[in-house]
Amino acid sequence: MSWLPEVASNLASKVDGVLWFITIISLIFFIIISTFLIYFAIKYRRRGDDEETPYITGNLTLELIWTVIPSILLMVIFVYGFVVFKDMRTPPKEATEINVVAKQWLWQFEYYNGKKTLNELYVQQNRPVKMVMRSDDVLHSFFVPAFRVKQDLMGGRYTQLWFTPTKVGTFQLFCAEYCGTGHSKMLGKVIVLSPEAYDRWEKGEEEEEGVASLSPAERGEQIYANSGCNACHSLDGSKLVGPTFKGLIGGESELEDGEIITADENYVRESILEPQGKTVKGYPPVMPSFKGILSDNDISALIAYMKTLN
Amino acid sequence: MANHTVAETLPVPFLEKTGILSWILSTDHKRIGIMYLVSISTFFLIAGAFALTFRFELLTPEKNIMDPHTYNVLFTLHGAIMVFLFIVPGLAASFGNFLIPLMIGARDVAFPRLNLGSYWIYLLGAIIILIALLKPADTGWTFYTPYSIQTETDVIMITLGIFVLGFSSILTGLNFIVTIHKLRAPGMTWHRLPLFIWASYATAILQVLATPVVAITLLLLIAERTLGIGFFDPAKGGDPILFQGFFWFYSHPAVYIMIIPAMGVISEIIPVFARKPIFGYKAIAYSSLAIALISFFVWAHHMFTSGISEVAATIFSFLTFLVAIPTAIKVFNWTATLYKGSIWLHSAMLYALSFIWLFTIGGLTGVFLGALAADVHLHDTYFIVAHMHYVMVGGTVMGFFGALHFWYPKWFGKMFNENIAKIAWFLVFVGFNLTFLPQFILGTQGMPRRYATYPPEFQTLNELSTIGSWILGIGIFIVVVNLIKGLFNGEKAPQNPYNSLSLEWSVPSPPPHENFEEIPHVTDWTYGYGKKQNTEK
Amino acid sequence: MEEIGIEHGHVHHIDPAVGYESSKLGMWLFLATELLLFGGLFAVYTIFRAKYPVLFEEQHHELNKTLGAANTVILIFSSLTMALGVASIQKGKRNLLSILLAITIICGVMFGINKYFEYTAKFEHHIYPSTSIFFALYYMMTGLHMLHVLVGVIILAVLLVLNIRGKFTEKYNAPIEIGGLYWHLVDLIWIYLFPLLYLIA
Repeated sequence: MSWLPEVASNLASKVDGVLWFITIISLIFFIIISTFLIYFAIKYRRRGDDEETPYITGNLTLELIWTVIPSILLMVIFVYGFVVFKDMRTPPKEATEINVVAKQWLWQFEYYNGKKTLNELYVQQNRPVKMVMRSDDVLHSFFVPAFRVKQDLMGGRYTQLWFTPTKVGTFQLFCAEYCGTGHSKMLGKVIVLSPEAYDRWEKGEEEEEGVASLSPAERGEQIYANSGCNACHSLDGSKLVGPTFKGLIGGESELEDGEIITADENYVRESILEPQGKTVKGYPPVMPSFKGILSDNDISALIAYMKTLN
Repeated sequence: MANHTVAETLPVPFLEKTGILSWILSTDHKRIGIMYLVSISTFFLIAGAFALTFRFELLTPEKNIMDPHTYNVLFTLHGAIMVFLFIVPGLAASFGNFLIPLMIGARDVAFPRLNLGSYWIYLLGAIIILIALLKPADTGWTFYTPYSIQTETDVIMITLGIFVLGFSSILTGLNFIVTIHKLRAPGMTWHRLPLFIWASYATAILQVLATPVVAITLLLLIAERTLGIGFFDPAKGGDPILFQGFFWFYSHPAVYIMIIPAMGVISEIIPVFARKPIFGYKAIAYSSLAIALISFFVWAHHMFTSGISEVAATIFSFLTFLVAIPTAIKVFNWTATLYKGSIWLHSAMLYALSFIWLFTIGGLTGVFLGALAADVHLHDTYFIVAHMHYVMVGGTVMGFFGALHFWYPKWFGKMFNENIAKIAWFLVFVGFNLTFLPQFILGTQGMPRRYATYPPEFQTLNELSTIGSWILGIGIFIVVVNLIKGLFNGEKAPQNPYNSLSLEWSVPSPPPHENFEEIPHVTDWTYGYGKKQNTEK
Repeated sequence: MEEIGIEHGHVHHIDPAVGYESSKLGMWLFLATELLLFGGLFAVYTIFRAKYPVLFEEQHHELNKTLGAANTVILIFSSLTMALGVASIQKGKRNLLSILLAITIICGVMFGINKYFEYTAKFEHHIYPSTSIFFALYYMMTGLHMLHVLVGVIILAVLLVLNIRGKFTEKYNAPIEIGGLYWHLVDLIWIYLFPLLYLIA
């Protein structure tokens, strides 16, 4: 178990340099203070009530030393932290732009060629990317520990972040700024592909692979987990932000206006595409529309999956 | 010792009268101090119980005993109650009230009725916050917009409560500043003042100057929710970062409102139990003021990743490092005071030594967060949670417990069981470290804070942390039981059990109403321990 | 053994002079907190005026400059009567103080009546705090200020009653002086609010 996550971007090793530098200086100070503290507490512990103690009120030399040395070290740390920060804030001109929209509680990525993905960010190894980010609702924060990058997103203003992924693999994306009930489920994956694999993904060849062998219900389960449904809809009957999927299809639901309907395939489809149309009573109308994000096939697969939960 | 003979003829101890009215209408600073002490301790235990509950939830990666909304509500209440009802009034209002007049040789604070009024206002704020628990907020104690504008939970009630508490804080601070300026006994010059008084003075300045800003901020937040104004709402042309700026303009100085009084306590305990003059008196005294002053100009270091400009981030990072210097100086001075002392490891001293050790960890990990590049990775992770608790619990709560054990005989006129106190200290110390040390690593590994559920790879460290919280909980429980038990069947306390030189120990335990029969004439500073003739200077 | 470094002197209860000094210092500190409270709003104002200069320029025309100016004159006048009131009690002229306090209170009430007309006129034009950032600032700043005027009028009314009962003399008049300080603060804040909101150029 390492105290730092793996190093998977060009920035990560630089940030680790700063982290290690401060750690070493801190450890030296910590050991010095601990040693003196424990040594004094033992060496000078009271052995009798009449022990004589010297009258020492200060020592200018000593006090100057422990003012000046930490001051210098702190300034060095400041400069080092600033220099690396400057790098982190200055994307190279050739960086590929990716638009990021965060909303409660999912991530949407739009690539230069119009391709969109949900909760899965595809990037190419060793090619710098620049995220141009905004939020549709409250504050969120884009945080990939393996890349050592973090930036808040908000409405009404774009924020940026860049990195060059250096390792092929899948890396965890967190929302790091508290954003409500689904905050801890606002997770995503950054998938770093080799240049060849990335080419294939861009052309859309990758998608069919592996997926064809799955049944619709199995595919629906994947969509449930990867598209952010799980942040608000439980599988076990417990109430989260939205109604549970357990027993939803075919069951009766009372709508906000008091009307009682039987939730069928069409109702579910409608709710995914036009969530604010008919919301279930007792739940806030906060679901985003998945129009243009989930395909007809995806929705059918999801419905097939929901049916298995009854 | 002239003061012993005086003690026989003094009027009745301040605790003599009983009955509820003798308390809630009392303008005696010592009684008001006790009312604060009881109130803040109650809220400390309530908020601590919340923490134990949601720490239990974190034993497993997925849902354990509560849904995410309940989890979010609990950490919000834990933070809000700990910060606004326990730690901000905390040592300043309880021990500050009890000690300031006694230490400077005054009969009471400058405005005793205003002082009682401050307590009532505190109580009113507390009641409003308790009402807010009917539909508790889930915003986190920071109330960041726009979530705090949009959530359907009751944000107005709790912020209104905090708004009211602000008045209490301001009036207490104002009262203490005037008291320290105008009511010092003859001969009690600024450079003879106990360091707890310097610390209280610095704290009071912060209370008076920073609190109005959080008052207006919360007022605007309430107006956002009721009147529909949009200063902080991007949808209405407002700016969510503006809220953060305003919030931290108060809340960063507030961090020092929380910690500086504890530093004052440590500066009192260590010389007494080491029987040495405090090392570098002026450096410690003025560093409190320096910290107070600089703390007004570092607030944006909470916002390095929020979208503020690079220039702003750089300036605030620089200023943050400046505030680290006076803090480091204090730690060195306390440690140096131990040199060649005669150290009595009384429970109060154990808390004081723990303070130095834990606060050093808290301070050094703060350096990580001040450095821009490192902060980007660590911000909003468990590293922050651990750092903040090392400062607030390892610092302030250790100082609070130290103060409780140190001044207990003076305040209540009774002794507690010292052996049990030592056992409790040990459990608190071990439990605390086991709870929060693993969180540093969780943070560097990237676990974000305020997560109701988490990826399974973080489980082991979370388990350690939860087990630690149980030990910490048991330790605190024993502290409380031991101190309460002492009130009923503790031995009668002598006037000066530790041979302290500070003025509060020159009056009987517990002190009489109006403290001093005659106002003392001070001829020396508080820290004249040790043999003067044998050493230089 | 060391001894606590004190001698027992003969100083007893709080000296009235110390009490007077204390209350004045306390009041100045309180005024500082008030300035910071409004300072927060002034900061919000500065930020949004820099961000939306055109909006501020356009919408400030909706405000009634005549009423605003009238209120400015009223408050400045009331500050004058207040200051004269403090001076008169220091010379022991208790009746003169009563008259001056009454005039000050009437000014405060007139200020409030004017504000009432201003606000209702805005509501009739469907201008609310939620209308725009500018009007949000207008309502928040003048509203908070109006609250202070109200508190000030109540304080002055209490002082007036106490004075009629003969509580204040040439020697003891600290509450009048402190109440006066508060009233001057209320006046001062308005002197900043008026040009910032009504006279944007």
